[in-house]
Amino acid sequence: MSALSFSSFRRVGWISLPLAVGIAIVLFWLVVTFLAPVMSSYDPIDMVGRRLQAPSWQHWLGTDALGRDVLSRTLHGARHSLPIAVIVVALSVAIGALLGAISGFIGGLGGAAIMRLVDVTLSFPPMLLAMAVAASLGPGLENAAIAMVIVWWPVYARLMRAQVLEVREREHVEAAIAAGASRPRVLLKHILPLCWTPVLISATMDLGQVILLAASLSFIGLGAAPPTPEWGSMISDGAAQFYSWWVALGPGLAILTIVLGFNFVGDGLHDYFDPKSK
Amino acid sequence: MRQEPLFSVQDLRVSFGRHGHQFEAVRGINLHVDHGEVLGIVGESGSGKSVGMLAALGLQAKTAQVRGSAKFRGRELVGMPRRELRTLRGSRIGMIFQDPLSSLNPVMTVGAQIAETILLHNSAVSKKAALDRAVELLALVAISQPDRRIHQFPHEFSGGMRQRVMIAMAVANDPDLLIADEPTTALDVTVQAQIMDVLGDLKKRLNLGLILITHDLGVLAGHADRVAVVYSGEVVEQAGIDDLFERPSHPYTRGLIASIPDMSEEKDRLFSIEGAPPPLGRLPGGCAFHPRCPQVQPICRTAAPVLRTYEGHSASCHFADIPAEGAA
Repeated sequence: MSALSFSSFRRVGWISLPLAVGIAIVLFWLVVTFLAPVMSSYDPIDMVGRRLQAPSWQHWLGTDALGRDVLSRTLHGARHSLPIAVIVVALSVAIGALLGAISGFIGGLGGAAIMRLVDVTLSFPPMLLAMAVAASLGPGLENAAIAMVIVWWPVYARLMRAQVLEVREREHVEAAIAAGASRPRVLLKHILPLCWTPVLISATMDLGQVILLAASLSFIGLGAAPPTPEWGSMISDGAAQFYSWWVALGPGLAILTIVLGFNFVGDGLHDYFDPKSK
Repeated sequence: MRQEPLFSVQDLRVSFGRHGHQFEAVRGINLHVDHGEVLGIVGESGSGKSVGMLAALGLQAKTAQVRGSAKFRGRELVGMPRRELRTLRGSRIGMIFQDPLSSLNPVMTVGAQIAETILLHNSAVSKKAALDRAVELLALVAISQPDRRIHQFPHEFSGGMRQRVMIAMAVANDPDLLIADEPTTALDVTVQAQIMDVLGDLKKRLNLGLILITHDLGVLAGHADRVAVVYSGEVVEQAGIDDLFERPSHPYTRGLIASIPDMSEEKDRLFSIEGAPPPLGRLPGGCAFHPRCPQVQPICRTAAPVLRTYEGHSASCHFADIPAEGAA
């Protein structure tokens, strides 16, 4: 098999190059998330130097308008963004997959009602809806997270429904029914296990998107409250100090790399699981 | 009165569509099969042979309406509650599907799938015992190294091996009746013969009633005891296998027999029955077969023939070589 495989990307061992790079980036940020206090030399909230210092050996990424170390704040920012992204995506997948699977398998009026709710939610621009929900709940990262789950679950509901609709028509499902399996059992053992691949790939990609959305909400003041070192609010601080370019550089690079990393992983997983691309 | 057969179908009708636009795919089928007996059901694609048998087990599409009667050991299956039907399917009645490639769950090991069928119907059996039984079953259908093979996934099996696995699953709970829906269609000819041998062997060992649904009359020769020929949702001829091959009474049956390629004869063209089966809902008047019949007469276009039976051989053709009921 492997002798016949072609790929548009170079491969590192048994995985493709983008997947390897993506995994490396994501692993780096995971380590940062756990070890931020050890890795950074300053407290992220303390004023540790003169204000708006350019990058130097004492402050690699300079200091912000309040004299706080930008590098330390950037590293600590991962401790907010990553867990939020994981929680939001996990909750969205759980809610969306459950409702989507029910809608696809049972159908009928209930299934149609779920899908209309999905349609209504998806008809709003995600940013606008997230802003509206977050604003009505009040600022704070928890509320921003709730807003993002509300925006995101319909994506998975639709994906899961489409998968279930396709898989439930396969012959092994009919064979299972002919063998006397009950409907819940058919759904759990013979349909759902075949539905997860696209959901998993989509979830990986969405981790990056959720980090971006969370930062956007914080940027406009609907997410993390100061002085929390959150990337979006840090970029907002930097925008106020336009000529001190380094203030926004750290969080900007952080967001750029982690979104890229998750996209690489998602793309790589897609190629890895798709038999046609091997 | 004779004893009630193991499985009997009486005037079974399956129709699709809503009121006013109903299409009958199965138009009153009568069949029966007993322990240790092999009934072959033969017919073209779309003749209703599969739909009818599936509907008898409550496996019809949601849009289908089923009427008539299908009795299994005296119990009426048509209209039986789903929960009750489920206890019969897979335990008392086994089912084998056409395509072994897609009929197995690709993400479960073969052993787990066989064990599942056992556990579904015997909650008292332990998982370990079910797996041990799976090994026995794989050995029963002549799969080598069954203790190793149960840990493999369906994609690691060849087509014929997968069909053996399907058969093992179907007989996992010692059923009384086995319905095989085109069990050999997706397989090549040598493997077909092996699978037929496995089925015949199981029938003898387990003394089960076997219904073989196929479009290939040749597959039934040497394996079936009785054959029902289905055309356009009706049984047009039913007889013992030898009787049917020696004295086919319906022109359709004669056409099917002539279509079996004969290796001893040199022919430029293979025989085929002219035309195609009529579409649902646009059945011709009179005899459904008349537009394709080589011996068509004026009466065939106007009057539908009645099924006449003589010494266990029945056929519905105006010109069948069977005396009318009164004359018998």
